[in-house]
Amino acid sequence: MHAITIDSKYGVPTVAIHTNVFEKVVQSVTQLHGMPQARYTFVPQPVMGKTAEQLRAYVDGKSPISGRPVMQEVIEGLTRPAEGDRVKELKYERSTPRLVGADTDENLDRLFLENNWTDKLPIVFPTEKRVAEMLGHTSRKPDEVVGHMRSNQFRLHWEYTVERVAVNAVMAGARPEYFPVILALASSGVSARGSTTSSMAAMVVVNGPIRHEITMNAGTGAMAPYNHANATIGRAYGLLSQNLQGGSLPGDSYMGSQGNGYAYGTVTFAENEERSPWTPFHVQHGFKPSDSTVSIFTGCRSTAFTLGVREKYWREHVRNMLRGMDAHSAPTFLLDPIAARQYIDRGGFDTKEKLIQWVYDNALMPAGEYWDYQLIQNYIYPRATFGEEPYASKLKAAPDEMIKMFKPDEIHVVVVGGETNGYWRIMGCNYQKTVSVDEWR
Amino acid sequence: MANEAQANQKTDVEENKKITVMNPVGYPPKITPKPMAPRLESLDGKTLYLVDPRFDDSGLFLRQVQDWFADHMPSVTTKFVEMSSVYTKDDPKTWEMIKANGDGAIIGVGH
Repeated sequence: MHAITIDSKYGVPTVAIHTNVFEKVVQSVTQLHGMPQARYTFVPQPVMGKTAEQLRAYVDGKSPISGRPVMQEVIEGLTRPAEGDRVKELKYERSTPRLVGADTDENLDRLFLENNWTDKLPIVFPTEKRVAEMLGHTSRKPDEVVGHMRSNQFRLHWEYTVERVAVNAVMAGARPEYFPVILALASSGVSARGSTTSSMAAMVVVNGPIRHEITMNAGTGAMAPYNHANATIGRAYGLLSQNLQGGSLPGDSYMGSQGNGYAYGTVTFAENEERSPWTPFHVQHGFKPSDSTVSIFTGCRSTAFTLGVREKYWREHVRNMLRGMDAHSAPTFLLDPIAARQYIDRGGFDTKEKLIQWVYDNALMPAGEYWDYQLIQNYIYPRATFGEEPYASKLKAAPDEMIKMFKPDEIHVVVVGGETNGYWRIMGCNYQKTVSVDEWR
Repeated sequence: MANEAQANQKTDVEENKKITVMNPVGYPPKITPKPMAPRLESLDGKTLYLVDPRFDDSGLFLRQVQDWFADHMPSVTTKFVEMSSVYTKDDPKTWEMIKANGDGAIIGVGH
């Protein structure tokens, strides 16, 4: 993407070198950005962790895609005009038809699977009647634009209407009364099908009266497949993300190397406000208790869990858990009400903010170890070297000096669970935003 | 028997019944074609910027590209430059610098 910018906007002939697993992504992104003739070549995957000698062999070698010498393609990319005019091959007037079919159930099943419109599990067919019923549970017009979404920052946003969101809600098996929650998620513009190689999933926390109106679960098994609203709202969020952003296809618009099981249903639950000793999450973020909201987190790769908050060594236990987390994804504490009350008993944390401050002060790591993490090298170190705080100050620390792993505003606490025991966990994820559900009723 | 046959026939009809469903896909953006910069006639005496997006040891890789030019095309001047922040952000300041001082650019390893 940067090569396209340097070449087309700044007029400097540019060649990009990618690893071979990104072939389809490169083709797709250059097309989407109107420069299919962009010049690029490929070297083998991976680059990360290779020695200088091994990387020199890549440079001296051939492209695993074309079979031609890498440097020959680099030099030709800088010196030879594009062959032909591939721009003319672009299709500019792409319209998405409103209807599909008519066809048999069997053929439609196959069509939806082949087009990658599903999560590979059976769907409810979005007939006009079912979609109309879904649309009956919002005051918004079917053709109103809800938002824009893309699978990563190098792709262009796609646009979608209330009706298109309803189609995906039906496919997920959601009941019409859930629709305002699903519309709120769609309006966030945050994708639950991000294309990062790190295999993200999303987490959704619902707050306010809507939890009871649609009988969501905040208690026993809230994060598991035991509640219709939790399950289908989360699934709808995943389906609408992949279909409304222009796809989520491995090797093209999805590059998660291992994938993420949380992405099947998206981790979706209600906060247990009634049993929580603290302020509800949405109130912490500027909403009234009577407002209904959805809060979205992304990442959900790393988790740590334990039972209870022990009297003698609870501080050490929590520090161990924090050190074991991915240093790049901040911790969100998901506490059963029993554990939440234990935190008050043990640490005197009578507000979430006090617990967050303690976590901030105690999530520590030797600077040398911290800066050596590949994710920190990729995403934090560049910002630190160019003066962005607090990273720039952390960079000044000696290798054995303990530095803080996270920023306080990245750390969150949500209460969920049915008090069958005091289990709790830390989810490594980044809070994105809280969106009003009421605006989509 | 007659009732059973009728039931089977009805099932076959239902199985072959065609339905129309709605399309779940969003609306794609309109693509605006972008021009390519004119290519160089030759690299002799030219200055190429090697742009490090600072991702997964990309800097070490580009150093090897730099060495390749030194070994095989010594008339080319290569300058190594790191992006100003993470690879996900645009970097107009660096692009302006390359435009002012360079003839071409190589960026890698892309992601």
